Amino acid sequence: MTMQTNVRRKGMTRKQKRLTIIAGLAVVLAIATSLVLVALRDQIVFFYSPSDVVAREVAAGQPIRLGGLVKEASWTRQGQQNTFTITDGGMEVVAHYNGILPDLFREGQGVVAEGSMNGDGEFTATNVLAKHDENYIPKEVVDALKAQGEWRPEAGGQ
Amino acid sequence: MSIELGHFSLILAFAISLVSAFGGLLLWRRGERLALVLGQAAVLQFVLVAVAFLALVQAFVVSDFSLALAANHSHSLKPLIYKISGVWGNHEGSMLLWILILVLFGALVAAFGRRLPSDLASLVLGTQSLLVTAFAGFTLLTSNPFERLAVPPLEGADLNPILQDIGLAIHPPLLYAGYVGFSICFSFAVAALISGRIDQAWARWVRPWTMLSWVFLTLGIAMGSYWAYYELGWGGWWFWDPVENASFMPWLAGTALLHSALVMEKRNALKIWTIFLAIITFSLSLLGTFLVRSGILTSVHTFASDPTRGLVILSILAILIGGAFLLFAMRAPMLRQGGLFAPISREGALILNNLFLATAVGAVLVGTLYPLVLDALTGTTISVGAPFFDFTFGALMAPLLLVLPFGPLLAWKRADLVAAGQRLMGMAALAVFLAVLISALGGVSISLAPFGLLLGFWVSLGSVAELIERAKIGRIPLGESLRRLAGLPRSIWSTAIGHLGLGLTVLGIVSVSAWETEIVTTLNPGETTELAGYSIAFDSFEQIPGPNYLADTGIFTVTAPGGGTARLDAERRIYVASGTPTTEAAIQTYGLSQLYLQLGEPLDDTHVIRVWHKPYILLIWIGCLVMSGAGILSLTDRRLRLGAPQRARKAAPEAAS
Repeated sequence: MTMQTNVRRKGMTRKQKRLTIIAGLAVVLAIATSLVLVALRDQIVFFYSPSDVVAREVAAGQPIRLGGLVKEASWTRQGQQNTFTITDGGMEVVAHYNGILPDLFREGQGVVAEGSMNGDGEFTATNVLAKHDENYIPKEVVDALKAQGEWRPEAGGQ
Repeated sequence: MSIELGHFSLILAFAISLVSAFGGLLLWRRGERLALVLGQAAVLQFVLVAVAFLALVQAFVVSDFSLALAANHSHSLKPLIYKISGVWGNHEGSMLLWILILVLFGALVAAFGRRLPSDLASLVLGTQSLLVTAFAGFTLLTSNPFERLAVPPLEGADLNPILQDIGLAIHPPLLYAGYVGFSICFSFAVAALISGRIDQAWARWVRPWTMLSWVFLTLGIAMGSYWAYYELGWGGWWFWDPVENASFMPWLAGTALLHSALVMEKRNALKIWTIFLAIITFSLSLLGTFLVRSGILTSVHTFASDPTRGLVILSILAILIGGAFLLFAMRAPMLRQGGLFAPISREGALILNNLFLATAVGAVLVGTLYPLVLDALTGTTISVGAPFFDFTFGALMAPLLLVLPFGPLLAWKRADLVAAGQRLMGMAALAVFLAVLISALGGVSISLAPFGLLLGFWVSLGSVAELIERAKIGRIPLGESLRRLAGLPRSIWSTAIGHLGLGLTVLGIVSVSAWETEIVTTLNPGETTELAGYSIAFDSFEQIPGPNYLADTGIFTVTAPGGGTARLDAERRIYVASGTPTTEAAIQTYGLSQLYLQLGEPLDDTHVIRVWHKPYILLIWIGCLVMSGAGILSLTDRRLRLGAPQRARKAAPEAAS
């Protein structure tokens, strides 16, 4: 009831003020939406396995994330220059990384590397991520717990 | 025994919360006595959950490995502080901490809300109890922290070494206090929607709670950022990781809520929007706590994920958030709109603030969830990383920071933009001068750096402009000015200081992004390298045992450009119980800048080290501390005491219900 009388009394000014504000909001929202869309088109990074990289012929220089297992006995180091092979069982890609690898980087373990392919079909990583898992239970302990019938798979672990 | 006592306490708290929830939400019209009973029930819930929590803490402290949780996450050799913080370094324990803080806030409402009208109090406490029911029920049924082992192991499996840090003792409680604190705003919003009572008094009750939660969340995020910075050893302080985004979104929404509640309190406008924001903020807090935990999103910071329970969590979230929005859709049109204002006014400025913050929340949300959606729809795995967020978030924040200093100078209802501009002229000129000067001295590595500096200085200086103006500094004797400063209302102080903190954070971010330098090099003991004028000498490499780890320690001597040396120990630790390696970077602070040194795994007696020079990085966190300080200052304002103000009693319920 009160609202009705209010509107009638203040009439146009209120409407105009509100329209100005709404128009302003719409403009900002439109700009923001286009920003997000442009960014989603240009700034996202695809995640590929070595098989994907080979199958899709990923262009050199395009930023990607490459994930897989570090192949056994493939990691070599020359000073701060690391070279290792990422495999997914099917295909393999040789990766280079200049820097200090994360603590949990191990041969035979999972790894995700950010970077791009170079011209020679090899991967140059700018960043290497190894997941820090909450369940740092070593395999022996897991086995022990399993033997006791107390290992709950839902509590984590592999 | 005490474990069963704890378990029983939690069950009891659950039962009480269930009764309170139904009582409060169904019988809220029953008046004073119901409100009184619900208040006592809220305090009782807190006491019971506290008993449950202490039982868990005790089991960890005495290393009772018959408790499955302690066996899986603790170790008898761990230092006491990490035994205690280990209680919440896992899914079950952190759920209990979450509930503890939830009931604590409920008890605080009961304690400080004595003057609340009884119907509002009943509804708020009822909603709060409903949340307790949902999450205590979830914990008891799917993640019982009190589970026993039939055959206790002799030794625990140890806590993830990364979590064995003082950060775990501080960061989650602060962050949770922030997240959960917004539940009060949520409950008030639900209460307002059900009762139809929403007026300025409502905003005056909600704002201190929002402020308190916001302070906790600000501190929690800042602490988490600093922890990740020194512990993860990558030298980064913000990764736009899903977990970080999940904590950042409620912060952005909460910041918007602080400002919109201001409009509602002072001018009785923006009611529907404020209610909406209150619901959104807590929904994002829930999303922040649980989306990550559900295992749907992966993150470098997740230490308590469990995909199998994800579905239950998501259902609870869907019911709570969906229910609140349904209520909102049904009831919001009944709320009467309040005060009128011109587009150029304090209200207009605050709407602009809300618009940019809300849009930024949207952009961050899209970036965080887009990979999920795309994966579900097309099976393509992508990651939306820093470039996306830097671009969209930066583009949204720049205009907000540009207009920010104007806001506090504009009058309510109708304001003179030109006059405000004239008052800011001096500061604008000074900001341009400083930005140009520093860019000239420091060199421009990133083309946007001068603009970023300009924004940082503009916000910092612009926010103190009002203080200077009001105190007439330079125009009247200094003593007189100081007296005027001391006499200014705390709200003006806290606005100025809060915005100053934001400006400092911006300056820190810009400085690190633009002028950080690093080297990666091979170094052997006895050799020296150099970075940013600092000379770094590798003295020796030793193995030093810690309480529950062995540390390969590189000992370095750093000589600063101005002379003065410091010893830095960079470690690689192997934790005995789990055999897990961690890196402990060595960080040396020089003024507001830091030198950050990371030691790589040795190979044939050669060592790789990575050193960063981070100019003015501490400003990032100092700015957050300043912002939080401003929030605390505002809480001490007499007009904003946590209790209900007097006028509320006279205010009649406004909407037809």
